[in-house]
Amino acid sequence: MKSSAKLVQMILLLITALVLMSSCAEKREPYKVGAVFSVTGRASFLGEPEKKTAEMIAKEINDKGGIGGHPLELVLYDDESDETKCVLAVKRLIKKDKVPVIIGPSLSGNTLAVVKVCNDNEVPLISCASSIKIVAPVEDRKWIFKAAPSDSHSVERIFEYLLTKNTRKIAIMSVSTGYGASGREQLLRLAPEMGMEILADERYGPKDTDLTAQLTRIRGTGAQAIVNWSVGPTQVLAVKNWRDLAMTSIPFFQSHGFASRKNIELAGGAAEGVLCPLGRVNIPDLVPADHPQKMVIMDYNKAYQARFKEPLSAFGGHAWDAMKLAAEALGVVGPKPATIRDYLEKRQDFVGQGGIFNFSPTDHNGLTKEAFEMVVVKDGDWALAP
Amino acid sequence: MDRQNRNRLVGLIFFLVLFPVLVMNVGAIGHYLDVMIFVGIYSLINMGLSLLMGYAGQISLGHAAFFGLGAYTSGILCTKLSLSPWLAMFAGVAITALIAYIVGVPSLKLKGHYLAMATLGFGVIVYIFFNEEVALTGGPSGFSDIPGLTIMGLNLNNDLYYYILVWSLVLLTLIFSLNVINSRIGRALRSLHDSEVAAAAMGVETSRFKVIIFVLSAAYASIAGSLYTHYVGFLSPSSFDLFLSIKLVMMVVVGGMHNIWGALLGTWLLTFLGNEWLHVFHDFDILVYGAILLAIVMFLPEGLIDLTPRMRRLWKGR
Amino acid sequence: MEKISLTGQLIQYIFTGITVGSIYAMVALGFNIIYNVTEIINFAQGEFVMLGGLIMVFFSAFLKLPLPLAFLLTVAVVTGVGALMERFTINPLKNATVLTMIIVTIAVSILLKGIAMFVWGKDPYIIPPFSGSEPIVILGAAIQTQTLWVLLMTAVVVVLLSLFFKKTRYGKAMLACADDPDAARLVGIKVNTMVLISFALSAAIGAVAGAIITPISLMEYDRGALLGLKGFGASVLGGLGSFYGAVVAGILLGIIESLCAGLISSGYKDAVALLLLLLVLYVRPSGLFGNVEAGKIKEF
Repeated sequence: MKSSAKLVQMILLLITALVLMSSCAEKREPYKVGAVFSVTGRASFLGEPEKKTAEMIAKEINDKGGIGGHPLELVLYDDESDETKCVLAVKRLIKKDKVPVIIGPSLSGNTLAVVKVCNDNEVPLISCASSIKIVAPVEDRKWIFKAAPSDSHSVERIFEYLLTKNTRKIAIMSVSTGYGASGREQLLRLAPEMGMEILADERYGPKDTDLTAQLTRIRGTGAQAIVNWSVGPTQVLAVKNWRDLAMTSIPFFQSHGFASRKNIELAGGAAEGVLCPLGRVNIPDLVPADHPQKMVIMDYNKAYQARFKEPLSAFGGHAWDAMKLAAEALGVVGPKPATIRDYLEKRQDFVGQGGIFNFSPTDHNGLTKEAFEMVVVKDGDWALAP
Repeated sequence: MDRQNRNRLVGLIFFLVLFPVLVMNVGAIGHYLDVMIFVGIYSLINMGLSLLMGYAGQISLGHAAFFGLGAYTSGILCTKLSLSPWLAMFAGVAITALIAYIVGVPSLKLKGHYLAMATLGFGVIVYIFFNEEVALTGGPSGFSDIPGLTIMGLNLNNDLYYYILVWSLVLLTLIFSLNVINSRIGRALRSLHDSEVAAAAMGVETSRFKVIIFVLSAAYASIAGSLYTHYVGFLSPSSFDLFLSIKLVMMVVVGGMHNIWGALLGTWLLTFLGNEWLHVFHDFDILVYGAILLAIVMFLPEGLIDLTPRMRRLWKGR
Repeated sequence: MEKISLTGQLIQYIFTGITVGSIYAMVALGFNIIYNVTEIINFAQGEFVMLGGLIMVFFSAFLKLPLPLAFLLTVAVVTGVGALMERFTINPLKNATVLTMIIVTIAVSILLKGIAMFVWGKDPYIIPPFSGSEPIVILGAAIQTQTLWVLLMTAVVVVLLSLFFKKTRYGKAMLACADDPDAARLVGIKVNTMVLISFALSAAIGAVAGAIITPISLMEYDRGALLGLKGFGASVLGGLGSFYGAVVAGILLGIIESLCAGLISSGYKDAVALLLLLLVLYVRPSGLFGNVEAGKIKEF
């Protein structure tokens, strides 16, 4: 009798222990990452690949057992490219979902609209938008980081290239959105510094149907090169009109926003000879095998194309960097906003899609103009610019 | 003020006091307070639009511009000239009212769709101005780091305080508007809405009243703009585009444009739908939003405010 | 490359203006047809253009149908969409105010845009020009061949519409509705049917505009609103309800924009065009060719 009672006791103990253990393993609370992207609306070409990439990475991490056993929970909202909606979405992430770190938004304007919210609530944010104002002045941007390279890096790269070709008289065109205006600002600021002369400064709306008038005016100024700063359909339109007007003897430069093969396809043959600075993520095959970014870029390209059956854009790469940085920080320091912030600020040599990031208390972007390569459209594909 | 209005007002105040107590104690909807702040800001504009559309019978597809003028005046004066935000708000109202007057006098002579086009055109011109005058407005990349509001040393940079501020202003404006409706001007306006010719024949100075209400509604929008500026701390033209103007008119019509309470109801419903309740549908939210909108206007052409009277009529009709 | 002469520039600006303006004119025609019969401004008019472009892409680029067939099918499908819209949303509303009707059309435009987003996604699409892609050079100005197609189709639409309204029974009946719906009803015209036809016809014109502009300007799901706005501007400038007004005003608006972009400021081109529009309205409250009386009656 005594022994059987002991047996029962033993079994009960075992069961309790098992239940406790299993519940322990299950009870590992999920780590949350908040995300706000412009999945619909005028900036959907940014938000769409960003959303896909973030979801893909979340799945990859969870398939491998999560972050140190904690499942990763991606809480993603669409701000519909609208600032008010973006502010409310970030507030919801902070107050309702209580996320310790946020990635996005996709747009510079939307990011700037939530700077105050993140600073006030002390939650780190890794933006996927490009404006330099997102991280400057850094004293007012304590909680804000940026995974996308700045426009100034791209502009510097283009000007450097132009100088090697001895071209100093240029015309610029930009779309009247945050993206275009921010690029235009940097073009106008850096031109005198780097010895460039801007002969024409043309603008157009994001839904304009024809840019012939702007290009014709440029043609009248005798500019030696054209730099166009836009995203969306107008960047294709600009190339088409440039070709139709037989202006191909004036080299045409696009911003890094041209970084999708879809644009070359849409322009038909018109994009031949167009130059632009691109992140290496767009040109995996052109990156030398010994380049530190080669591996991550090849992996991402393969995974993305296998899963979504569409060419990759640089914008998805920003989400890759932001997501990986957030997940890494969660893994090292746990879900505490303040320590995540401190961790991000000290992160050096992070090999990402957009470049090699070196964050510091004075630089919350961590990229340089080396993030870009000058490329040219050749036979319907990218090639390194001569 | 008649009994119905008084009862509704008491009900609204009761709701406004209970709302923060309720949502702040329920974690899942704690952020509703922020949504309500935006509801309050848009309500300010829409009360003006309701006076203009429902009572004076004039349409405006350009009120986002007045909202933006208030917002930018506040933002620019506070940061570039370091003016006190309250003074800047006042300056915003003055500038906006002046512009509304200049635009209103010739525009309100136009009728129907021509007036719609004129106000729409004005709105787009102001939007382009915000976009192009980079030195003044920051252009499309926007204008950031605008300070928050303080009142007698108390920093209002707190959602609850801001909620109280915004909704106190909404209540004051509401009471003021109800008084306008019941004043001589209001009666004149209603006669305008019924028949402008008859009103003119009776000696009502129709054009003067129309302009007064237009300017008043612009002033409401300007105050709303200042409140928006100091709450978000960042401005860019895309927050004040044509689509906002259309959205505002939709809120007023969905709520019921012949009644100022309808404007509040419509603003509340569409703001919560668009920002909060449709998230479960993910990318489909735009379709659901369109369908709900269509259903409301088709089945309740007089707006949501007509829901209870209509039910009552249906009930009695049986 | 040598600089282009001023004459060459001017020719270029005017040609560009006429091309873009022709599209505005067609959108404005669509507005006018519906307005004449119903007094409604159909805010979904721009969405018809968008649908025209995207459906054309579907038929000609995905299904690889021959161009004329793809074009006709596109027009047929969008016409169907217009008719359905009228049957399901406008027809059931009997005593709604004009403003309510307008909000209904806005809701429909949101729905159409949403549906297009799901069917085609968010990326822009393009189809090759209808004939040859080498531009024609006149005095240094380069004219795309598709531009000639736009001009030709606009002319065809205008001629067909004139014939429809002058020669056919339905066309005459529609004009009668425009003049006085009650009187039209008295003489036995089915106003109900006329409203249906007006929506179908507007949708068809929108589809033509969308299909011919896509090779020039690309097309994506959210392009409709802006085209609608420009078209509305043109129809008001020309005088609501006036067909010739719509055509003249549309092309005028296009030329003003283009000249302004080329000679004054590309950033302010839309603002200048709108400012001129406002000034015209202040001087002539019913637009350039509008009926003063008609402008006075129609209110909300």
